[in-house]
Amino acid sequence: MINFFEVAETNEMIDKENLDVRTITLGISLLDCIDADLEKCREKIYRKIKEKAGNLVQTGEEISREFGIPIVNKRISLTPIALVGGACCKTPADFVSIARVLDRAAHEVGVNFIGGYSALVAKGMTKADRLLMESIPEALACTERVCSSVNLGSTRTGINMDAVRMMGGIIKRAAHLTKERDSMGCTKLVVFCNAPDDNPFMAGAFHGVTEADEIINVGVSGPGVVKTALEKVRGESFEVLCETIKKTAFKVTRVGQLVAKEASRRMQVPFGIVDLSLAPTPAIGDSVADILCEIGLDRAGAPGTTAALALLNDQVKKGGVMASSYVGGLSGAFIPVSEDQGMIDAVQAGALTLEKLEAMTCVCSVGLDMIAVPGDTKEETIAGIIADEMAIGMVNQKTTAVRIIPVIGKGVGENVEFGGLLGHAPIMPVNSFGCENFVNRGGRIPAPIHSFKN
Amino acid sequence: MKKTIITVVGKDTVGIIAKVCTYLAENGINILDISQTIVQGYFNMMMIVDTAGASKKSAEISEELKALGEEIGVVIKCQKEEIFDMMHRI
Repeated sequence: MINFFEVAETNEMIDKENLDVRTITLGISLLDCIDADLEKCREKIYRKIKEKAGNLVQTGEEISREFGIPIVNKRISLTPIALVGGACCKTPADFVSIARVLDRAAHEVGVNFIGGYSALVAKGMTKADRLLMESIPEALACTERVCSSVNLGSTRTGINMDAVRMMGGIIKRAAHLTKERDSMGCTKLVVFCNAPDDNPFMAGAFHGVTEADEIINVGVSGPGVVKTALEKVRGESFEVLCETIKKTAFKVTRVGQLVAKEASRRMQVPFGIVDLSLAPTPAIGDSVADILCEIGLDRAGAPGTTAALALLNDQVKKGGVMASSYVGGLSGAFIPVSEDQGMIDAVQAGALTLEKLEAMTCVCSVGLDMIAVPGDTKEETIAGIIADEMAIGMVNQKTTAVRIIPVIGKGVGENVEFGGLLGHAPIMPVNSFGCENFVNRGGRIPAPIHSFKN
Repeated sequence: MKKTIITVVGKDTVGIIAKVCTYLAENGINILDISQTIVQGYFNMMMIVDTAGASKKSAEISEELKALGEEIGVVIKCQKEEIFDMMHRI
């Protein structure tokens, strides 16, 4: 039978170390909403979301109360809208009208984000993909909860450099259209290489075409729990360090598994995966950077950071895989800047630069995330930053991403406040040398040699 | 049997156990096990109860116990056993 100390340990994690289930994300396929008539398509999408997700928020809250575990977000991911709207959208404005429907449905069912305003263009763009991508800035500016993502490359296909170049401009336009709100639009837009079909985390969640009609994916988090566990093994060897992370990740993931199974049972929707990510928030003690410091660095960004992050990411996965019947999504350690107080402090102290973050993305679970840069950063430069990150993902057969915010009207040294889970960030300097001739070449970068495994 | 764990933490005072147990009895909840300690004047109690015969839903019991705790100045949590089982048992 469960004893006093075990109960106390679990509740300590929840009450003092910010253990929570970060999100229950309901994936909904919209493939059956495709229609040649725009109005009909919008109506079908609206009805399907309302029908399938109507009890999502209530179910999440019930589980939270019964088990005493906070479930921070309830969200929806959808089939990439470029596929759904392809038959009826003739202009970017048509796609924007779908975004408005998604936003309305999200408000009505009570989810805080709805993802899947997406296009998958790793190799090439269809006409619909292009229209959707062109519509992203407007769609993000006129909606509140819609999140957008574009997959620009993969290990199997190489990198679509035409799309990379386009996204440089689209990110800048999204920043301009929301400049009164510190270019907030860009916080809801992420580009990927090797995007997973079952990621529950925003802004990059979409419901892949290989998925069933509906699916429940759950993201767990607990940087504070790992940090606290590591405080007890200060000065011990790497073996002890790694074992401690593994055991802690196991416990954290078990909670995710429980919540995922419960949500699946209550909503009668199949359970997809648990994403065991250390996802920080701006709350004190909920920081991945603090874990890196606990491992032995003065600040995130100091020499040794990449190695420390590599072992952290790997041990989190090793601990987590046994704890859940299906692990997927992004799984690992996230290193967003604005959402992690320790990262913000490291940038302000001069310990952490964009280049160091890029190195860290080779071993973390995602990529350059929530990074604010000067508003006058050229769109070609943004495309260059994206191309670098896509190349890291392509060659290392991992997911990489870029969520960068050129804050219009602000420069290096200033701060930007996004609020809530998105946090605040110091504006980071960007290498000022140009890459126009590189990103403007056009075409695609071929897949690397080690992708030919057939 | 539907096992639920109730934890009570807070400054020690007269009648904590009495009030919690009265609530449980009134709502058809059977106590299976109680362990309790006082550390530096702080009251710590864990109860394992069976809510199979309870007249109310788990979420409701949890809310009412929380409110009762606020009344007597302690924190009362009521959680289904599975969360602890999942975390501490393979």
